[in-house]
Amino acid sequence: MVRIIGTYGGMLVQAMGRTLLLALLGLFFACIIGLLFGILSVVKNRICNVVSQIFVDVIRGVPMIVLAFFVYFGIPYLFNTIIGGFNMTLSALQAGTACLALNCGAYMSEIIRAGIQSVDAGQMEAARSLGLSYSTSMRKVVLPQAIRTMIPSIINQFIITLKDTSILSVIGFPELVNTAKNVQANTFMAFQTWAIVGIMYLIVITILSRTAKLVERRLNVGRQ
Amino acid sequence: MGVSDEREIKIKTVGLKKSFGDLEVLKEISVDVKEGEVVVVIGPSGSGKSTFLRCLNRLEEASGGKIIVDGCDITARKVDLNKVRENIGMVFQHFNLFNNLNVMENMTLAPVQLKKCSQAEAKNRAYEMLEKVGLSEKSAAYPSQLSGGQKQRVAIARALCMQPRIMLFDEPTSALDPEMVGEVLAVMKELASEGMTMVIVTHEMGFAREVADRVIFMDGGYIIEEGTPDELLSNPKEERTKSFLDKVL
Repeated sequence: MVRIIGTYGGMLVQAMGRTLLLALLGLFFACIIGLLFGILSVVKNRICNVVSQIFVDVIRGVPMIVLAFFVYFGIPYLFNTIIGGFNMTLSALQAGTACLALNCGAYMSEIIRAGIQSVDAGQMEAARSLGLSYSTSMRKVVLPQAIRTMIPSIINQFIITLKDTSILSVIGFPELVNTAKNVQANTFMAFQTWAIVGIMYLIVITILSRTAKLVERRLNVGRQ
Repeated sequence: MGVSDEREIKIKTVGLKKSFGDLEVLKEISVDVKEGEVVVVIGPSGSGKSTFLRCLNRLEEASGGKIIVDGCDITARKVDLNKVRENIGMVFQHFNLFNNLNVMENMTLAPVQLKKCSQAEAKNRAYEMLEKVGLSEKSAAYPSQLSGGQKQRVAIARALCMQPRIMLFDEPTSALDPEMVGEVLAVMKELASEGMTMVIVTHEMGFAREVADRVIFMDGGYIIEEGTPDELLSNPKEERTKSFLDKVL
């Protein structure tokens, strides 16, 4: 074990860095997608509601590994071969980010929808009765209250997404699991390699969830 | 009561109808409210009185008929609803103070967002209004730190910060503990004495008798009877009004 850490430690830490980069990029776009589809699902417009519901159902109904293969291999094949005339290549990072963003975004949109609906309808009515527009009422009154109730679920989703980056090892992005496979192949020390990888995930996620708890407590100050 | 006929009509509904699916809640409601008039709407629950009130600023969309506020048909398609609502304050049964904002922020949010005045002017007016409702020391408190009566008084002050010409009250004391009803009614009484045009849905018959210029009794989506408090509360003509008043008085 010491030999693995000595020889491959730096490599594994770098791979963890790429895991975090992928997770952060994915989460960033997931937040945008989640907010967009979350709001589409609560506005008073049937078409918007249906569009949002279809998006969530499709993403939720497809395993992420299938989504990963579809985005990484399927989409370039569609443009380059089926339609033709394109010369599209997706890097594993681009495809991985898209995959995480779509997957996490769908779940985020459900969290955001539930959060908005948990705010008493009277809050929106009171804001509108003062002459504020729907979007101002949403931004200044409803969303700030919704976000507080959403935070535990969002943190949970962040952690799930961080772990889901490991699935993207299948499209060859050199994140932690992908790199660890190489280490195992070089050393044949399966037990030690995967124990180290497991502990690395555990440390990062524990730090993340502790920080999140702290933020959550900070946000709840002043709230009864 | 001396309601002179020269006074301008502030709210006029003509054949106002509202249905929720197959359920007809309002059936041809026609009412005039004159400037400075205090109209109290009473009736059993499910009579449509709250729905009627909520139609007046289009929190509920009318299914038929017209609503004319300050001479402008607010059911018209191209009307700027937000502009209309700036002039109609509303107070709710459950206060609906913005829980994420403190009292001062609750009161200045709309005036500042809608660029009615600067932050400083909005604050000054908010202090003025808080003083009026007797809560000037609560400007930094959050809604969760206030009692029900205080919340409702802040809600009234918040609506007044928009300097509305009409105030609508939807059962403003129904969610309050009995000992807090008085403080809210006192604020409303003061407002009435200053000449504010008010439409109030309430179960407070004593308040209606004391403050109302006119009382409207609604049942089953119809206006059954209307008149001065004396006429309607003491000598109702309609059987249904009598039986309702027998139960509540």
